[in-house]
Amino acid sequence: MKGCVYPVWNTIFPYLLSGISVGGQYALIAIGYTMVYGILRLINFAHGDVFMVAGILMVYISASGLPLFLSIPLVLLVTSLIGYLIERIAYKPLRQAPRMSVMISAIGVSYTLQNLVLYITGGLNQLYPTIPWISSSITIGSATTKIVTVITPFLTIALVVGLVLLINNTKIGMAMRAVSKDFETSQLMGININRVISVTFVIGSFLAGVGSLLYFSNYTTVIQTSGAMPGLKAFVAAVFGGIGSIPGAVIGAFIIGIAENIIKGLDIILFKAGLIAKPLGLATFSDAFTFALLIIILVVKPTGLFGEKTTDKV
Amino acid sequence: MSLLKVMNLKVSYGGIEALKGVSFEVEKGQIVTLIGANGAGKSTTLRAISGLVPIKSGTITYDGNVISGQQPQQIVSEGLCMVPEGRRVFPNLTVYENLRIGAYLRKDDITADVEHVYQLFPRLKERSWQLAGTLSGGEQQMLAVGRALMMRPKLLMMDEPSLGLAPLIIRNIFEIIQTLHEEGITILLVEQNANAALKIADYAFVLETGSLGMQGSGHDLLNDPGIKAAYLGKSSSK
Repeated sequence: MKGCVYPVWNTIFPYLLSGISVGGQYALIAIGYTMVYGILRLINFAHGDVFMVAGILMVYISASGLPLFLSIPLVLLVTSLIGYLIERIAYKPLRQAPRMSVMISAIGVSYTLQNLVLYITGGLNQLYPTIPWISSSITIGSATTKIVTVITPFLTIALVVGLVLLINNTKIGMAMRAVSKDFETSQLMGININRVISVTFVIGSFLAGVGSLLYFSNYTTVIQTSGAMPGLKAFVAAVFGGIGSIPGAVIGAFIIGIAENIIKGLDIILFKAGLIAKPLGLATFSDAFTFALLIIILVVKPTGLFGEKTTDKV
Repeated sequence: MSLLKVMNLKVSYGGIEALKGVSFEVEKGQIVTLIGANGAGKSTTLRAISGLVPIKSGTITYDGNVISGQQPQQIVSEGLCMVPEGRRVFPNLTVYENLRIGAYLRKDDITADVEHVYQLFPRLKERSWQLAGTLSGGEQQMLAVGRALMMRPKLLMMDEPSLGLAPLIIRNIFEIIQTLHEEGITILLVEQNANAALKIADYAFVLETGSLGMQGSGHDLLNDPGIKAAYLGKSSSK
């Protein structure tokens, strides 16, 4: 029996590893959703597209011949700036408007970004530049993968820890927590809420930019719709973890990333374990699983794993 | 010299005029109270002064400068602070953080101010690491007042500080208002509890559905037959 367990583990391990990595990438996107929701009660539908634009930026900036140590910070800087500008142009003027208007504006921004990229790229797949070292192969146990897969979860955790420290221990973090509860009283404390909201968008976009570096180093091509699926998955992760909660979004993202990748390899895993005689084509269901999970969580526990129980803000 | 001067203030919410031209002044160093029934426009007046609601016309002058049209955070930075109705402490912040956020605009050392607040409200010191959402109503009101004190206000506006509190706590809150007054803070108090407010007020205005009615010293209004009948009830005429 024992001889049977190891090959199965060896089959599972590569899927688990890439699941953890994808989970980390989703987490970096999901934080942007959850932070913006926490403060504005807005689902920022353009967030996945900001992630995609960061990928396109990297393609064009590195094509210009800029060395990596400059192009990566530049991509992150411009991505943060785009996040800031989106909020200023498309959301801030609607601060007093009903929440639905802001959401529709977000959908508008999403399509604007996609079409802008379509116009620039001509709708062709753009080859993502190879970042040396992190794109090279590495073998761990039974898995051969890119180094980026291995460093993603560590980088994600480090960034999340940094973010949580920022929110819990700095003045701007305290202001963010206050604004997320009560705009008006925050203003009475002298807090410039627009500045706090801008900072939130900058942080969210910056993390999406880091996520895009990791994600596209793995998937190698970018197209104008590249942000849609990861964005949607990250959104599900944020809802699953309890939208508004940063640890929730991160845990939700890791769970979804792992589950999705295990399902992709489920046929082979079950076959190796001797449970099925021929492949069942279960890999097809990996995306469906994520969205089924969304439905289940909304029905069973709408506030997610760590969501606030409090009623909606007036 | 008047610290705050409100001239012909008009505010409307979507066509409905909540304030129909209100004018009054608050003298430096006084406790001034606005009393009136529900919907008379008392809270709207305070919210307009603090910049939270846009005004339709009129001017608000504070310490010699026109402040109408300024952002709330600007107005606060000039020492005109408000304790909002319903306390509105930040439930997800600790008691200590709530005090710190009161001093958000200050860059100097705040330890002495925190100590001062703890001296006024020893209960808050005991609970300094507790989330403000776990405090009782009275404690939250103390925290809301303490938080405003962290801004070192020159003029403190208080919107219904006694709302929903037990009589003993209300007496405590009114004592604190007097203490703050003795420390030199000018106070503009909005109250439905007209009896308690008039007793401590130097001067009082009565708001009736968006317009000013009677005015006079707290003592005079307390003994005015019309006010007694309308706002104080028969039982409090002792």
